[in-house]
This record gives sequence, structure tokens and C-alpha cells, in this order.
Amino acid sequence: MVETPRPKRTFRRPSVIPGFGISFGYTLTCLGLIVLLPLAGLVVKASGLGLSGIWEVATDPRVASALRISFGVSALAALVASAFGFLVAWVLTRYRFPGRKLVDAAVDLPFALPTAVAGIALASLYAPDGLVGAPLAKLGLQVAYTPVGIFIAMVFIGLPFAVRTVQPLIAEIDREIEEASATLGATRLATLTRVVLPPLIPAVLTGFALAFARGVGEYGSIIFIAGNLPYVSEIAPLLIVIKLSEFDYGGAAAIATIMLGISFLTLLAINLIQAWSRRRFGYV
Amino acid sequence: MGRGSDVMKNAAARGRGVRAIGLSLLAGAGLWAGVGLASAETALLNVSYDPTRELYREINAVFAEDWKARTGEAITVRASHGGSGAQARTVIDGVDADVVTLGIPSDIDAIARLTRKIPDDWRSKLPNEAVPYTSTVVFLVRKGNPKGVKDWADLVKSDVKVITPNPKTSAGGRWNFLAAWGYAYNQDKDAAKADAFVGQVYRNVPVLDTGARGSTVTFAQRGLGDVLPTWENEAYLVLQEFGADKFDIVSPPSSIYAEPPVALVAANAERKGTTKAAQAYLDFLYTDRAQAIFAKHHYRPIKRDAAAPADLAQLPDIKLFKIEDLQGSWDEIQKRNFDAGGLFDRLSRAGR
Amino acid sequence: MSEIFSPAFVPTAKPGPVASEGAATRSVLIGIAILFLALFLVLPLFAVFTQAFSHGIGAFLDAFREPDAWCAIRLTLTVAAIAVPFNVVFGLAASWAIAKFEFPVKALLITLIDLPFSVSPVVSGLIYVLLFGSQGLFGGFLINHGIQILFALPGIVLATVFVTFPFVARELIPLMQEQGNAEEEAALTLGASGLHAFRTVTLPNIRWGLLYSVLLCNARAMGEFGAVSVVSGHIRGLTNTIPLHVEILYNEYNFVAAFAVASLLAALALITLVLKSVLEWRFAGELAHGRAH
Repeated sequence: MVETPRPKRTFRRPSVIPGFGISFGYTLTCLGLIVLLPLAGLVVKASGLGLSGIWEVATDPRVASALRISFGVSALAALVASAFGFLVAWVLTRYRFPGRKLVDAAVDLPFALPTAVAGIALASLYAPDGLVGAPLAKLGLQVAYTPVGIFIAMVFIGLPFAVRTVQPLIAEIDREIEEASATLGATRLATLTRVVLPPLIPAVLTGFALAFARGVGEYGSIIFIAGNLPYVSEIAPLLIVIKLSEFDYGGAAAIATIMLGISFLTLLAINLIQAWSRRRFGYV
Repeated sequence: MGRGSDVMKNAAARGRGVRAIGLSLLAGAGLWAGVGLASAETALLNVSYDPTRELYREINAVFAEDWKARTGEAITVRASHGGSGAQARTVIDGVDADVVTLGIPSDIDAIARLTRKIPDDWRSKLPNEAVPYTSTVVFLVRKGNPKGVKDWADLVKSDVKVITPNPKTSAGGRWNFLAAWGYAYNQDKDAAKADAFVGQVYRNVPVLDTGARGSTVTFAQRGLGDVLPTWENEAYLVLQEFGADKFDIVSPPSSIYAEPPVALVAANAERKGTTKAAQAYLDFLYTDRAQAIFAKHHYRPIKRDAAAPADLAQLPDIKLFKIEDLQGSWDEIQKRNFDAGGLFDRLSRAGR
Repeated sequence: MSEIFSPAFVPTAKPGPVASEGAATRSVLIGIAILFLALFLVLPLFAVFTQAFSHGIGAFLDAFREPDAWCAIRLTLTVAAIAVPFNVVFGLAASWAIAKFEFPVKALLITLIDLPFSVSPVVSGLIYVLLFGSQGLFGGFLINHGIQILFALPGIVLATVFVTFPFVARELIPLMQEQGNAEEEAALTLGASGLHAFRTVTLPNIRWGLLYSVLLCNARAMGEFGAVSVVSGHIRGLTNTIPLHVEILYNEYNFVAAFAVASLLAALALITLVLKSVLEWRFAGELAHGRAH
């Protein structure tokens, strides 16, 4: 880059490439009309209740319990998805076995499969008379129509996020460092926990956060399998739909705003993790 | 500047692939932009509740035929179904419904109150307080009735699992709730005891779906629960769809007089210029022909003599009580039981 | 897909024994991973198709004899045909502005574009209800002027565009950033106009990335349920998309038909995956790296 003298301060750094004005303007217009304006409308609607009103909605036992279920189960599901996602990513990048590419492609299935289809498929599998549900029922374990069903659906949709964020980084690990560690006398376990894993932590956290955010908001695949019982298996997005059915627009907007705030915090956390990782390890 | 000309050469070679993508996108957009959704003939929209899908499919076809014969005009009646409350919400938010045929009067009241698109006195605009057919709540149990469910009192037994929809969103759920309450109240005229009884019933409920259909699927297809208190018509439909060898219908000695009302969404119809057809559609529901269809689908017609005797024979004598006689006006019923902080909210809070 | 099983992909990597797990551990890990994926991913897909054909091919085809099914298919295609090109244009504009130029608040702009990813689909529908519902901010005015947004094509398209908003932009931004400005600058120096440089230099460079993102955007657009469910009104033959039609059939005890129509979407998902994998294997160098979505 040749340092060119700047005649005056401008919003963007000068460049010979044209089209900034139109592309930037169009981007902002679309973003404003499609995303920001409607979200602002939501916040305006919710703020009609006042901060105390939103707090009242949030602490209403049923809402609080739905939020707890959504966030709690989603965190648990993201944890499991991250653990298995890491394993899957490791196996896919480190080992060679027949059908590996097929397995690799299958990981993205939840991403491509519409949630409603996933929902009825999971419900039919895990129902007490289903392919998986029947043997489990014999063991006295019921999955469909309980929080476990929500958990299953959330793991399903969260898995690709967990795998895909870690996978490229595992592929980029310098094998020589591992060999050096081994040559210096470290056991395989020590090499993994001390040398291989630490740089992967930010990616695992990012994957966890993405799976978590997706799980919290998920609706389609869950309502078919959850049972939807207040205080037990009712998720926050469903409660928004129920509030709407009760003509309680303010309440619906309040729950939505709370969820939106938490989504935003999750996104922020992801960005912070990545910034930290960039400083600490030099990559995302 | 050798690199620059390389770039240009590469670019020319690669341009073809891009054009192909661009063209196919354009072609796709053009093709579908050409396919309009509108059609010229009159179309009515009937926003209805969950279990009436099969009923209105037949009614709508017969009405279109009748309308064509009388006026020579073609007409299509479209229908939309879902939990009654959710359906009312879509009308409130602007679905262009010409008529609403919902599960419970309070849902139409809500539309009238929030949008003014339906006059407040809508119940006086049509015969029989705008209720063209009635129904009641009966029990669907598994074949042979293994848990021996005979009456409402059996729903609170500790080993009985009850499947019922969420009364907040489903009219069927509300009728079930009110039927249980009315039964208990009629035992010893004690509202507090009736409240407690309903609480006990809902402690036996493992799944609350948002609509009557969801509950039926949970019970019949997914095999959950021992008893499904449900619309009488819905219970018979399950026998038809899933086979009479799997379920039995138990009619309790007494149950609720359920009134699914209908109304013209006057403002919408006026704007669309469909008032005449929409009004004719509602009037048609009171004709002998429609009444016979109601009976065929296991609803209770208000003109019994219009129905086929074989259909009527399937509707057993149940002592029916009106909830308005026990709790007062629909405003009060809605507020007491289902509004925020009402009985249902208090019960589900206490029952966790 | 024969290359998967070709000799080239059978064990080739031979890492030194010290720098890898033992053969037994490896087999166990592969076993667990495959078992887990089979149970969680493949089985549901399998369930869709077995249920769809559980009463034979005739019952399966019956699901598509209904005119309502065709209306749903047509509506879904219409929605995708509007939403996807819109997002392509937006994605191109946004990535051009963000990748080719330096300006402040870039990170914030990217975060805002990302936002729909993490917003619950139900909330995505709700915001348009609050805006365009007759109780909403603009709804009363629009409806009085005969403009129906909610419970009609525009509302469904809006909700779909919202949900798929980041797809194209988020693929193209890192891709264009990786490629830098040198080629465009060279073309411009040689006298090409900006538009010409974009068409002949930028577009060919990003074509596979673009196709890749269009694929995923389209899959999501056609399959969206939650957001569309809130704004659709569920009017048969008018505002039901394929996923909503699946729900309706499911609620009408018509399970075979529900799964038959669902299998259409599942097949779409499979085709998407196959095309996506082909793109990834053949044009890995021309796709954005380290994407996370």
C-alpha cells in the first residue's frame, strides 16, 4: 500500500474503486427497512409497557419459566452439541475412513432441512410408539413431549454450528508442534490437553454460542416434540405465539425484546471471543 | 502491466459461468412473477377454528353449488383453520376474513372489541344467537376403557392422564375447562370447590397443545394419555380416521352446552364488496341442507328435523348445562377463567 | 459421488504414531461420531421417507393430487423467487461496500447484518405483525388504503427476506476481502468502467461463492416455518407455504400426505447438500474460508 497524502478527512479511506456511495447507500437502506425499522418497532411496542412493565412480564412465573427452559435447555444442548461436534470435527479432519466425505456432507443436514420437517420427523421417531421412542419407553424413559424432546431437537439444529466452527481450525493445526511435544516426552493426552486444545477454545466457544443462540430461538422443530406444558416444556418462542393468540401484543413484544436483547449479547460475546482470540492466537 | 491483461483474459473466460447463473435467476423470477395469485371470481374467506376442516370443506362446496344455481355466479369459499384464539388474532391483525366461524363467543367478542370490524351486537344478527349448530364435550378413551373413565370425576384419579389443549389458545380447551368446572359446580354449588376440582384435573394433564387438533394427534397418533375430553364431532372423527377398533367414545351423564358462533366481518366484506355473498353464506348455514351436513359431521344441528335420523341417533342424550347460567356473561366468563391472572393462570402456577 | 469410495480417500494420511491416537482409540472415536450422526441426523431423514411411503407409492402421490398442495408449492417458489434475488442484490452491494472500502463502524454494520441469524423466527414474524398488523404502526393506514401486507404475499416475502438476510452477504464479504482489490484496480487502470470491472473481474471471482450462498439462502427461504407461520394467516390455497401445508396435513390426521409433502422439502435439502458438497470439493479455493453459520 502506497501512502497517499490525504487532502481532507473523509468517511471512508479514498480508493480508486468506484461505487462506494451506491453500494453503501443501498446496503444501509435495505438494512434499515428490513431489519432495523421492524426491530425498532418491536422495541417501541415493548417500551410502551415501560421498563417496569417489561420487568413484570419477565418475572411473571410462566414467562420466567419459559425463558428458563429455553435458555437452560439450549445451554445444555449447545454443550452436548459442542462436545460431540468437536469429536465429529476431529474425526472428520484427522482420520481417513471410507465414506468420510459423505459423513462430512451429512453434518449440514439440519441446516438444510426445514425445521417443521425436522419437527415431525423427530416427533414420530421419539414418540412412545416410535422407532427410538419405543425401546426407550421400555426403559421407562420418555423423550417426546418432555424437556428431553426439546433438548434432542436443539442438539439436532445446533450440531452443524458446533462442527463447522471448529473443523477448519483443527485442519490448520501445525502437526509438527504435536510431534515436537511428543518427542519431548509428553504423553498423547498431555499433548492434546496442553498443546492442541488451548488454541481451539475460542472456536469451540464460538460454536457453542452459535448453537446456543439458534437453540434459544428455535420454534418449528420444537413445538412438534415438546409437549408444550406450561412450567415444564413450554419454550419462550411458543409463549410469544400464545401471547399473540391472547391478543396480548405488549406481552408478546416484551418477551421478544428480552430474547432479542439476549441474542444481541450472544452475538456480542461471539465477537469478543473472536477479538480475544485474534489477539491471543493471531487468528479467529 | 502484464498482470492486468491476464486479469482481463481470465475474466472474459469466466464470464460465461456467471452469466449462466444470472440468466437462470432472471428466468426464474420472470416465470413466477407472471403467475398471478388473483382470480376474477368472487372469493369469500371463512376464518374458522380447528376441528371444522372437514365440515367446512363440504359446506363450502355445497354453498358454491347452491350460489351458482341461484345467482349464476361462480364463488369460491376459502377456509383457514387453527386454534380459535390464534385465528381471532389473525383477523384482528388484518386477515381479510368475510366471515368468522369460531369455537367460542368470547373470540368473536375480542375481534369486535379490538377492531370494530364486527358490530358489538353481532349475536343478535343471526338466528339462535348466531349459533348455527351446537356441540358438547365427550371423552375419547382407549379401546375397552382400561382406566374405567365414566364421568368427569374420573378425570382427577391419580392414575388417569388427561390430554387437553391449552385453554388460552383453543376454544375446545376452554369448553373442556368450563365443562369440568360446571360439572363440579353442579355437584354442590360451591365455586371454590369447583375451582379446586379443575385444578386437580389439570394436574393430570401431561401435554397442552395449542389447538384441539394438536391434542387429538398427541392422544391418537402419539399414544399419550388415557382420556381426551374433546368436541363430540372431533371424537367421532377420530373413530373414522384412526379406526373404531382403537378407541371408544364415552359420553358423560352431563356435559357443557357448547356454542360455536358465527359472524359477518362487516367492515371487511363491505370494503371487498362481498357483503351480499358473505351474508348469504351465513344464512346458508341455517338452511336444512347445511343443517343435515352438520349432523353428518357429528355436530348437533339446531333444526333436528332437517337431519338424517341415522346421524341424529349417533348423538346420545347428555344432560347439557349452559356455562352462562353458572358464571354469567361471556365477558365475565373470559375474565374470570382465561384472562391474565384468571383461574387458569392461578391454577397452573399452583400446580407446578 | 463415486469418488468418496475411490482409493484416493481410503486411509492415506500416515501421521507418526506419537502424534496421533492409537488405532483402537481412533476406531472407537470414529464409531462414536458415526453412531451419533446416524442417530441424530440420518434417522430423522430416514423417518420422513419411510413415513411418506408407508402406505405405498399411490398414497404418496395422492398428496400431490390436491390443488392446495400445488398452491403451496407455487407460493413457496414465488416467495423464494423474490426473496433470493433480493438477497443476492443486497449481498453483492453490502459485500462490495464492506470488502472493497475502508470506513469506520464496519464491524457494527457486519454485526447488524448478522442479527437476523440469531433472532428467533417467531420474533422475525412478530416484528412485521407489530408493524403491519391492523393494530400495528403502519398497518391501519395501509389497510385503509387497500394495501394488504400481512397475511398476503408481501408479508410472507418480508419475513422470508428477514430470515435469510445475512446468507449471501456473509458468504461474499470474507470472500471479497480475501481476494483484495488488486485485480479490480488493474482493470480500472486499463480503462475499464467500474461496472465493467465488476462484471468481468469481481463477479467471476466470486461466482462459486455466490452460487454456494444462493443455494443455502434458497433452502432456508423455502423451508422457513416459524416466521412465516406468524405472518401467513394459514389460508388454504392462498397463503400456505409448503412447510405450513405440512403442518396442516399433519393436523388433519393425514400423516402420509404430511410426510409426503415433507419429503419434497427433505429432497430439496438433500439436493442442496449434494450441490453444496460438490462446490466445496471442486472449488474450495473460491469459497470463503472459516465461515461460521
